[in-house]
Amino acid sequence: MKSNGVNRTLQAARTQELIYELKVQQAMTTKVITVEPENTMEDLRQILKLHQLSGTPVMNEGDLVGIVSVEDLIRSLLEGNGSEPVKQRMSANFVTLYADEPLVHAVQKFERHGFGRFPVIDRKTKELVGILTKGDIIRCMLQRLEIDFHEQEIRRYKPSDWFAELESDRTTLGLRYLIQGRNFQRAGEASSKLKQNLRTLGIAPEAVRRITIASYEAEMNLVIFTGGGELSAFVEPGKVTITVVDHGPGIPDIERAMQPGYSTAPDWVRELGFGAGMGLPNIKNCSNELKLDSKVGEGTNLQFTVFT
Amino acid sequence: MTLREIIETLQAKVVLDNHDERMVVERARASDLMSDVLTRVNPGALLLTGLTTPQSIYTAEMADVTVVCYVRGKRPQEETLRLAEERGLVLLSTDLPMYESCGRLYKKGLKGGTET
Repeated sequence: MKSNGVNRTLQAARTQELIYELKVQQAMTTKVITVEPENTMEDLRQILKLHQLSGTPVMNEGDLVGIVSVEDLIRSLLEGNGSEPVKQRMSANFVTLYADEPLVHAVQKFERHGFGRFPVIDRKTKELVGILTKGDIIRCMLQRLEIDFHEQEIRRYKPSDWFAELESDRTTLGLRYLIQGRNFQRAGEASSKLKQNLRTLGIAPEAVRRITIASYEAEMNLVIFTGGGELSAFVEPGKVTITVVDHGPGIPDIERAMQPGYSTAPDWVRELGFGAGMGLPNIKNCSNELKLDSKVGEGTNLQFTVFT
Repeated sequence: MTLREIIETLQAKVVLDNHDERMVVERARASDLMSDVLTRVNPGALLLTGLTTPQSIYTAEMADVTVVCYVRGKRPQEETLRLAEERGLVLLSTDLPMYESCGRLYKKGLKGGTET
């Protein structure tokens, strides 16, 4: 579907669809804080405060026996009875949800019973597996809508579409990143940005992975061995070409540098997790074409292409 | 294996909690050498490492790793933590050394990167 305006009716339909698609277990909170029937209302007060809860299930030796809320606590405190046990105040007539029920059942139950929360149990074992509040439902739906929206955005920017719309004999999109030598705090940042951009452009994840693993290795080489340089990505229909240029010191023996395990890196580089002689071999493995020129004292020019 | 089981098996502390603990992790990789990690990609894998620099996160990002566990009680550097947070990764820290961390997970059936 291609649409630039927000279509309200469609959006509403999507949220309705979602409450049928999503299951209670996807929205519920799994870290359930519980109390025991013999705990005092004062214990309950502290537990609710500590965990910032508005209510909690009551468990007796592994069995769910009731549910107690902040309203029950207020009523108890108003009557000045903080030392009475939770079992005096809890609701033993509670309603549960099954973890595999669609969210729409939960929404209906919230409307019907007016409770603030439902304990969630496993349909087979009948064990308590979570708790569901209205807040949980809203959070889960919003997250899901955000994911949907993001996927739609990506589809809208699919480069094959707008590449086709731009008339030329050869259309190329260029992304250029400046790499600082010896700056380890930022080593990897360029490839990280490149990865996000390639994803936004809708390039297949497998190809994005190969391109950015290779560019990351190349970026690390620039940071480790050179005073810095430039990493550029040229995106065209069907392929991405990366060029990496620096101004020295250059590679004396390219053939050996391409051998897995061959490294000239000092120990401090290994302590940073690199310099094991796998950089160039990794780049080669990830790319469909590779060209490496280097002159000692002048610099290195690496170019590789990944078909997308 | 679920994230919950991994945390329990490694007696790990959750440094950054970005995912549901019921999330399933199917494979694990372990290395202090980032280039070794990058020789093979297992999307959604767990990475066990002793390297706590920002490159542990960049490597995880390039290899589409979703959970990083630091071994031998190491804690990530501040910049590392920030990067991981931005990328929505889960960070764990276990006091166990590398070999024992791997051994425990493997015994419980968590596969390595090359197994079928």
